[in-house]
Amino acid sequence: MAQKKRLLADISLKGLDIAPSQVRGAVRIVPLIRRNIRGDLRLNRRSCEEDITIVNLEGKFTDPSTKYFSYVPHGLVMSWTDDGSPVASFGGQILKPDGQHQEYGCVSVRLMHRMAKRESANQLRFLPLHLAMEGFLSLFFSGPTIAWREYSKYALSHGLGSRHETAVSYIAGLEDALRVFEIHEQQVGVLVFVAESLASAFVVPTPEDYRALHTSLLEDFYGELIYQYSLLYDTTWPMETTVDESNINSLADLRGAIAKIRQDWASFQGFMAEGLLQRQLNSQIVYTAGSFLLQRFITDLQPKHENYIGEAIIRESGELEYLKTYRLSEAQTRRAYLLSKLAEHNWNIVATAKALSQTSEDFIARIEAAGFGYLLNQSVREAALKKTKKSRI
Amino acid sequence: MTTNRSDQVAQEDLVMFINACLACTGQREFYDDAYGQRVSIDFLHDYILGNYRLLYARSLAAGINHFNQAQIILKLLATGKDTLPEHREEEGALIAHTLNTLPPQRAWGVLQQLRQRKINNRRSRAIARDYLSMRRDISFDAVKYRAKVRAIATHAHLKLQGELSNFLFRNWQQKVYTTELFENFRQAHYSAEAVYKLPFTVAEGLATKHKIPRDVFLSRIQEQMTLGEKLRFQGAAERSEKVDIDVDLGRLPLTKLALYILSFPWETRKQQQVILTLALERSSQFTLKKAPLKLGKVAAVLDCSYSSSGSSEKRRRPLGIALATHYFLKAASQEYRAFWTVPTPEPLLVRPYGQTDLATPLLNALASDADLVVIISDGCENDPPNGAAQVLQIYRTKLDPQKRTSIIHCNPVFNAEDFSLQNLSPSIPTVGLRDAEDLPTMLGFARFADGSAPLSELEDYLASKVQQMLSNSIRV
Repeated sequence: MAQKKRLLADISLKGLDIAPSQVRGAVRIVPLIRRNIRGDLRLNRRSCEEDITIVNLEGKFTDPSTKYFSYVPHGLVMSWTDDGSPVASFGGQILKPDGQHQEYGCVSVRLMHRMAKRESANQLRFLPLHLAMEGFLSLFFSGPTIAWREYSKYALSHGLGSRHETAVSYIAGLEDALRVFEIHEQQVGVLVFVAESLASAFVVPTPEDYRALHTSLLEDFYGELIYQYSLLYDTTWPMETTVDESNINSLADLRGAIAKIRQDWASFQGFMAEGLLQRQLNSQIVYTAGSFLLQRFITDLQPKHENYIGEAIIRESGELEYLKTYRLSEAQTRRAYLLSKLAEHNWNIVATAKALSQTSEDFIARIEAAGFGYLLNQSVREAALKKTKKSRI
Repeated sequence: MTTNRSDQVAQEDLVMFINACLACTGQREFYDDAYGQRVSIDFLHDYILGNYRLLYARSLAAGINHFNQAQIILKLLATGKDTLPEHREEEGALIAHTLNTLPPQRAWGVLQQLRQRKINNRRSRAIARDYLSMRRDISFDAVKYRAKVRAIATHAHLKLQGELSNFLFRNWQQKVYTTELFENFRQAHYSAEAVYKLPFTVAEGLATKHKIPRDVFLSRIQEQMTLGEKLRFQGAAERSEKVDIDVDLGRLPLTKLALYILSFPWETRKQQQVILTLALERSSQFTLKKAPLKLGKVAAVLDCSYSSSGSSEKRRRPLGIALATHYFLKAASQEYRAFWTVPTPEPLLVRPYGQTDLATPLLNALASDADLVVIISDGCENDPPNGAAQVLQIYRTKLDPQKRTSIIHCNPVFNAEDFSLQNLSPSIPTVGLRDAEDLPTMLGFARFADGSAPLSELEDYLASKVQQMLSNSIRV
């Protein structure tokens, strides 16, 4: 019950300050500064060179169980102490090889066990963003809870079955932007905007970790829209704050005005990221590490709005220690939205359609368009198709 | 009115050009690639050459850097027939004199470029001939820059005196040379002992031929090494332990010394802090002796943000210039205070690190009540963006309209995109700076940079610089 309370309800960037952004091409990078650095939680990058990684989500590898397939360029290893002292052995730990490497000539494969795996008493390995993506894919994964007659045999016996989503790991100009970015002394994170839309939020516990993980942003995956924006735009909107000359009578006034400019930048950039920062989250705890909670979340789904998935580590006091987000594409949002609506109405198609003020035929067409046609009976699909055709004529 | 406007345009063009020539070397910068820099500066050269030929030639005397001097010489020689008859003599004298003052490797390089660019006319041949005759020790050059001298001699059809011709073109036919260096060069092909009488770069290849161990070679060749070579081989000497190459750090040019010191790891700098500081102070005194500068109360705003780490081609150059300027201004002024973008207790231990917050140090500098505020920065500020620009603008228009405090912005980085140096605010002058030693010249040039002085004054300034330069050459 106590844990329930600590579930992340919204991302408020508690304990972090927003500094003025740095722009290169269409990429705007906003530094996040942490004033109080403790050092009792550290993150370390672990690279994987394999072309594909297969993660077994439960049980043994040979068992028929759910598996996650993806290109995973790096994992993160989190080390923590229980008494609040700095992680002393950081960087000096003896690390066991993670999972199993297999070579098949044209392709190399890494077999891993679990998205988040405890490696020793105070050490956990997890796969950043893939953790969130896996959570997203497994949303309502078990399918209909009541065997309504509209659903196919496959849906009733396998749930959603094999699901896939695509994301892009290339943002034009991001590499250059990261190269020329001047990292602040106490910086622990960034908000990355591409053509003024939030591509990713990334926060780590300490500035040292951030410096080491700065380039890992290149290996992360991003929403399809962000990828297109990066190709379409090559500049950002010009933004300027000016000092009102009439109020300045001395250098002290000028100093105050500059401080005011800084505040304006911070609040405005916070406003720019409102699509993430001010949203209700549905969170799920992945791992409890002493006083730290690793959780993954998805914003409340609003089609036609920006929607994010991500993962976060929060401290007992609610301070954000780690954050990584992914912006869902519109199609991805639509899929998740439909499933959530179905689940809300016990997977009853007629009731759901009614709730969305649609005829059930239109709703079925919508399900088809979202790529979930395979969940429905062939006769239902055909009947719906016939009706919609007729109504069009 | 129209003449005024055209004068103004000419003035702006020239200031832009000279500023670019002070900073740009066609190399990669932190924010720009080498190709962009090359294309940009090349266009600027062609533009000024086509429109203001006389002033283009005269800018050779404005204290611009070697790379751009070489470019100007080449472009002038390539288009000699466009020179008006009344300017021919002055242009020729300027080219000849500039060539003589360039470091020999660069000057020979320029002449070699004549061949590569297929520039061959009566004037270019005469320039090559005169350069050859002006060399103090042509036999030394013939040994050290053999390939270049050969190339130039063939390209310009030079009549070579004495054994030089035999040495360059028929070297193994003559069994014994009377010129000592030529004879040494011949002998060094057979004897390991004669290697040590040759210039270092030539000896290096022959030492490999004789299989002389590296440490033996380095410790014995020291007398033949130039100051720059000694500096370059400090690291190698330290690694081998057996060799100790002596170099008087205090005699090095200030910016070169600062860059050398910045190449040390932080711990070494901390250990040798006293020695290094002393060397920097001696070097700045030495520089001051050559170019006297007396300043009153000075404050400097020095940029040590991450972008001052330069590029792989200009490693830590902006930071090196800031460090050198710090010591130079300290020596030149009665009262001096420095304000770094990231406050550092000891300037010697400065690192290119962190964001560019120019507004805070600038406000501190203005509050220190100095007569002169010098800002050394690449002009890209981001914490907050335009913070220093706002401060400067309001300070100039509202708080200090009488210009009691003069403010000057020195930018070591050429911005390829708009052919100019990134300025902080149009209300203060921005000048290019490649070496801290040029600061006295820059302070003189600054009054043209903010556009307040008319074209005629700039023309006079350049003409006087030319006078000064040419009268020096007659004395030599």
